[in-house]
Amino acid sequence: MNPTVDALRATFGSAIGRGLESCGDTIVYVARETLLDAMAWLRDTPQQGYDYLVDVTAVEYRDRERPLEVVYQLRSLARRADLRVKVELDPRGDLTVDSVVPLWRGADWLERETYDMFGITFRGHPDLRRILMWETYAEGYPLRKDFPLRGRFSRAEQVRQALGANPEAHYSMEELSIAEAYDELPADMKERLRRGERGKLPNSE
Amino acid sequence: MSKRTVELELATPGMDARGQPIRVPLGVAPDPGASDLAPPEPDLAGEHMLINIGPQHPATHGVLRLVVELDGETVVRVIPHLGYLHSGFEKLGEYRHYNQIIPLTDRTDYLSPMANNVGFALAAEKLMGIEITPRCTVLRVIACEMSRIISHMVWLGTTSIDLGAFTPFLWAFQERERIYNLQEMWTGARLTTSVTRVGGMMADIPDDFVSGLREFTQTFPRTLSEIDRVLTRNAVWVGRTQGVGALTAAEATNHSLSGPMLRASGVAYDVRKDNPYLDYETYDFDVVVGEHGDVYDRYLVRLEECSQSNRILQQALVRLPDGPINVADPRVILPPKSRAMNDMEAMIYHFKQVMEGVKAPVGEAYVGIENPKGELGTYLVSDGTAKPVRWRIRPPSFINLSALPRMAEGHLLSDLIAINASVDIVMGEVDR
Repeated sequence: MNPTVDALRATFGSAIGRGLESCGDTIVYVARETLLDAMAWLRDTPQQGYDYLVDVTAVEYRDRERPLEVVYQLRSLARRADLRVKVELDPRGDLTVDSVVPLWRGADWLERETYDMFGITFRGHPDLRRILMWETYAEGYPLRKDFPLRGRFSRAEQVRQALGANPEAHYSMEELSIAEAYDELPADMKERLRRGERGKLPNSE
Repeated sequence: MSKRTVELELATPGMDARGQPIRVPLGVAPDPGASDLAPPEPDLAGEHMLINIGPQHPATHGVLRLVVELDGETVVRVIPHLGYLHSGFEKLGEYRHYNQIIPLTDRTDYLSPMANNVGFALAAEKLMGIEITPRCTVLRVIACEMSRIISHMVWLGTTSIDLGAFTPFLWAFQERERIYNLQEMWTGARLTTSVTRVGGMMADIPDDFVSGLREFTQTFPRTLSEIDRVLTRNAVWVGRTQGVGALTAAEATNHSLSGPMLRASGVAYDVRKDNPYLDYETYDFDVVVGEHGDVYDRYLVRLEECSQSNRILQQALVRLPDGPINVADPRVILPPKSRAMNDMEAMIYHFKQVMEGVKAPVGEAYVGIENPKGELGTYLVSDGTAKPVRWRIRPPSFINLSALPRMAEGHLLSDLIAINASVDIVMGEVDR
């Protein structure tokens, strides 16, 4: 097993959960509260040097009793060593974990995708929006096990929503504030935007 | 950033050494009164413009949409919008047997389907603890390096069109066509190859494949040197790519870039050398590393990687051993049809595989391979059934694209096109 697990446990004590090996890859579980500190330590300690974030994703098991896992693949480019760090979250509880964007800019879109697909909130992320699904997507989080393969809404409902979507949904408020485009919008559109009603059907109330 | 001197006059007779045209184009005589222009309108200064590029725009290389804030012609901010090609492959994979996922991998990075097939098969084999045969190993190396060449050829052709050079596009696509013919000979498909299976290959190579590939490896370097001659010291090419979209080694690492994007910034990390799979450590090839991390260095890295791939292909053809392509494990590999029809035991194995699929033990495996776009990671989690709990693709072009706003901001709008082209994205993989 990767000796980093013992070094982590010596530094952070009981915040480091079990370490195990699967198919030759070392996995270490870290408590949610310690994640950011442990990641910064892994990156900045010279003997560890995990300077490269390979991937951020999440796993939900078919067994409903098992916790949801946020998975970080780390790599030390200089030492050619890999480590998989996991954080366990209760799927019925608070799905929040600290963002590692302050450490690795590369986590930006990876965390957005994990949020988009699993509904996990990354605290401290600079711009946590949906990335692959559109911003007004209302069916939930597609990679959760309780999400049906074909989506929650019927095909007819999906088509109806797509055809009825407001054109202002194609730009975010932030984008519309550029170039004073916002001032040129019709008054009713501005009012809807102000109320945060982007993308809703006009006659759905 | 250090200064580079490029011998421009050798390549483009119309330009002087600084890239300035020697003759005034189209014979227009300079007008002495031309400097008498009206002063710029003061009320236009400082007003930012919002423009929308894509999703239907040839220079975005797919259905990528960029909302760009401009100050004059300078890019202030880029906000990318993705997901127009999202197909839910990872969700679909949770409902499929391992071998049924392989056709899905074709459709992620559809410019290098064979390499994606290999990446998935390696991860599934690591999960199940399968050792593949020597012939299969070499055939997979051939598949990966053929993919690298066609993917880089498409990149080179489309990027040169974006930057105004049409001829290299034709040369590059001709070479790609020759590899496509070889792929078609091997798998029956040009694009949706599905060439691997868990534990082996879909088919062995046909009889005249080796001679066809050998002929390709002998003639391909000539095209590469022609492209090199027409682009590398071309004043327009150099002027539009050097110093554009540069990232330092530390920035590239921090943005999790991989593949040619990472190496162009001077980080010598290649999965084939540093975390070898398929016996890549036994092949003689160089890891191409850039210095400045700009669009020009990414071009040089990809061009040189093509000749290194060609070297690997030549070595693979020499060492290609005889023997079976599939492991001798009836639980993983389907028996030949004739045995399945005549032998009771073979028929039971056939039935169980088709109906139940290949079961993987409880566990998880991550395999990263060096795809043309960067590190393609496949992360599989199994709960002991024939379908994965989680199939995660680490998409190299998605992560490389995430650095686009950082690279483009502060450059001109026309440079944004060059920078976006240099990332080498394929939206099938970005959106998955």
